[in-house]
Amino acid sequence: MVKFNRFTLDNGLRVIVHEDHTTPMAVLNILYDVGARDENPEQTGFAHLFEHLMFGGSVNIPSYDEPLQRVGGENNAFTSNDITNYYITLPSSNTETAFWLESDRMLSLAFSEKSLEVQRNVVIEEFKQRYLNQPYGDVWLKLRPMVYKKHPYQWATIGKELKHIEDAKIEDVKAFFKKHYTPQNAIMVVGGDINLEQVKQLAEKWFGPIPAGEKYVRNLPQEPEQHDERRATVTAKVPLNDVYIAFQMGDRLDKTYYVAELLSDILSRGNSSRLYRSLVKDKQIFSEVHAYMTGSLDKGMFVFEGKPLENISIEMAEAAIWDELEKIKTIDIPADELTKVQNKTESTMIFSEMSLLDKAMNLASFELLGDADLLNHETGKYLQVTAAQIKELANNLFKKNNSSTLIYLAEKV
Amino acid sequence: MTIDRKQAPEFRAIDNINLLRPAHQALDNGCNVFCFNSGDQELVRIEWIFANQRFNPEKPLLNVAVNTMLTEGTNSMTQAQISDKVDFYGAFLQVDYGYDNSLVTLYSLNKHLQHTLPVIKDILTDSIFPEKELATYIRNQQQKLQVSLQKNDFVARRAFNKALYGDTAYGLGADAGTFKTLKRDDMLAHFKQMYQPSNCTIIISGKIEPEILELITDTFDKSWTNPDIKPDATQPEIKSSTEHFYFTEKPEALQSAIRMGLPVINRTHPDFPALQVLNTVLGGYFGSRLMANIREDKGYTYGIGSGMSSLKHAGAMFIATEVGADVCKAAIAEIEKEINLLKSDLIPEDELSLVRNYMLGSLLGSLENVFSHADKFKNLYFAGLDYDYYDRYVETVKTISAERLKELANVYLDFDGFYKVIVGKY
Repeated sequence: MVKFNRFTLDNGLRVIVHEDHTTPMAVLNILYDVGARDENPEQTGFAHLFEHLMFGGSVNIPSYDEPLQRVGGENNAFTSNDITNYYITLPSSNTETAFWLESDRMLSLAFSEKSLEVQRNVVIEEFKQRYLNQPYGDVWLKLRPMVYKKHPYQWATIGKELKHIEDAKIEDVKAFFKKHYTPQNAIMVVGGDINLEQVKQLAEKWFGPIPAGEKYVRNLPQEPEQHDERRATVTAKVPLNDVYIAFQMGDRLDKTYYVAELLSDILSRGNSSRLYRSLVKDKQIFSEVHAYMTGSLDKGMFVFEGKPLENISIEMAEAAIWDELEKIKTIDIPADELTKVQNKTESTMIFSEMSLLDKAMNLASFELLGDADLLNHETGKYLQVTAAQIKELANNLFKKNNSSTLIYLAEKV
Repeated sequence: MTIDRKQAPEFRAIDNINLLRPAHQALDNGCNVFCFNSGDQELVRIEWIFANQRFNPEKPLLNVAVNTMLTEGTNSMTQAQISDKVDFYGAFLQVDYGYDNSLVTLYSLNKHLQHTLPVIKDILTDSIFPEKELATYIRNQQQKLQVSLQKNDFVARRAFNKALYGDTAYGLGADAGTFKTLKRDDMLAHFKQMYQPSNCTIIISGKIEPEILELITDTFDKSWTNPDIKPDATQPEIKSSTEHFYFTEKPEALQSAIRMGLPVINRTHPDFPALQVLNTVLGGYFGSRLMANIREDKGYTYGIGSGMSSLKHAGAMFIATEVGADVCKAAIAEIEKEINLLKSDLIPEDELSLVRNYMLGSLLGSLENVFSHADKFKNLYFAGLDYDYYDRYVETVKTISAERLKELANVYLDFDGFYKVIVGKY
């Protein structure tokens, strides 16, 4: 149980306060409701580039990191296809520094040309390091456009191509800030060794005067249902063949979301899972094989990935995955197997309460979904899932005409 | 009320840091148990920590393979039964091989501990390393290694460790053939010698009610006995390479991995905390000199950092990064410039005070929960140090002078003596 209080400033900033006096630290987490899905298709990678620019100085404070480090704080941020999230942890006696820094960059950035130039280069190196200079690093650049034909999930957060980042202009940066970085587009969670009254007073003082800005109304093209089998094969300088099969699935608020999580757990969570036991251990088809879901807010992906052993053909490897899918579609799931994944989920939720930062991020994510208190009802939702629902969902998802298969073939040297 | 946003709020430096200390209990079989009892959640983490056995260059993978395969079957349970049981009770069982010690870690809700503990007892006393599972392990490790060897930073790290540590566990870089040295009989003998109570430290952290502790000590005391063979945790002497420069060319690389550094003192040396301050200034935090120059000013890289590793028989300071292939030489020149600056110029007081506060905040922030307090203890205990180490650490961070740091830079950071590894283009 994660207890919290909640209030909203006049400018629309939502604030959640979670007191935890077992730690001498405080955390301030700000989630901006903007991600790669909100980008212009001609300027992809922009939400993430922008995240870098948020550290290039704000209107009244030339350096973001320096004053924070000076008071013993640390920070980081990440961008996903859905959101951009910034967080600070610092000794609770210096909490006000976090309010000062975060409010100034919500008020306005410095928009320095030098910062833009450097961060463009840094992000281009990040693109190379994580996506281009790694074996299989470009998989999401290839797989996303197969699964999504209309929805902006067709590009990865890093962007479609280096050129989009190289072309970014300071006017674009300003426009993006004005559109998305407003108080009413943000959720702030303050947690740790702080109290509600103190947070109210600091939030009012530092964030209260920020103009509300214009409300961003999201209107994204929705991804149509898939009715065709999609395939692609690439030959690449990779050491081993690799098979990816992605299925379209429901969005985060779909009633089958929790069913899908448990389905993926049964298939692939831990060494007692079906794929590991059957395909790695018993039949010896793969050296590794996994199933997971992207968990995105809009229509998601349920993905299988496996590297077949060298004596196994791609056809055999694919067929082996489909065999497992047929099993879960046709044979009832034993009660013990369902209890197992439910128990695992329950203990994962309890263990996650050991981390202040995890709690703060979770509260922000659930508030974005509609209500931070949903966090405290998660376990119950998993416990209500039945074996019949899982089987039904498997039948709805795992169809050839809902699949996108991407094969990496190792180039023979 | 208008506020002055240009003015930073008042702040307070960190005075003192309170570390939880464990309760100690020595079992009759020679196993030492340490308890960190704190926290609201009804759960525990239990670690069984064993000192690795002497490295044998002919059979270099025994320590890691025996540890990794502990979950692969016992006389009474198959791999499948072990994982089923652990997962059914919502527990997490991990095995972790480290350079000096090997760990078995159990995360469990207290209410299920009576079911999960016997599984651990079984794998620690009765593992059999079945031939079939061994064959699978070898094959899968060989495949994974092929992927890792395509990653420049992985290749650079191996070459660096090999140069510094030679033919020891620290310098080991296995190839596909190395895995063929693994034989089941050797593993069984190694297991028997290493996984015995007199070579084991148990660390429990979480909400430890008396009956929980009793359950644990009952399971791992009287009925767990030492065999007639003694453990041997001595290690061969480390001989660093005489060659200091290593370049592996990858003609199509977009980025080059750089790793450079040299052997230095480890945590047991009185200068260690001071050297950590110097390391932090150089490359130990986001605002460090290497980051400020090579990422934030030049844009050569997504990230660069320096670090210190403290092992039982060695210590090292190193710098690691991946930079655009066309700026590799320029990046190395900047690294050299930053090192030389530390040796020639005093660190300005403004920068030094920032680093002091950052390091103390970072230490405080690293104590997130009871598990982290146990982790701090491990750093001390396995280096043979006491809690006054952290008192000295805090005192050093607060008071060390710029003059002393310059002296240390001249003692420890000899750029010409650095081992330098480049993988990619140069």
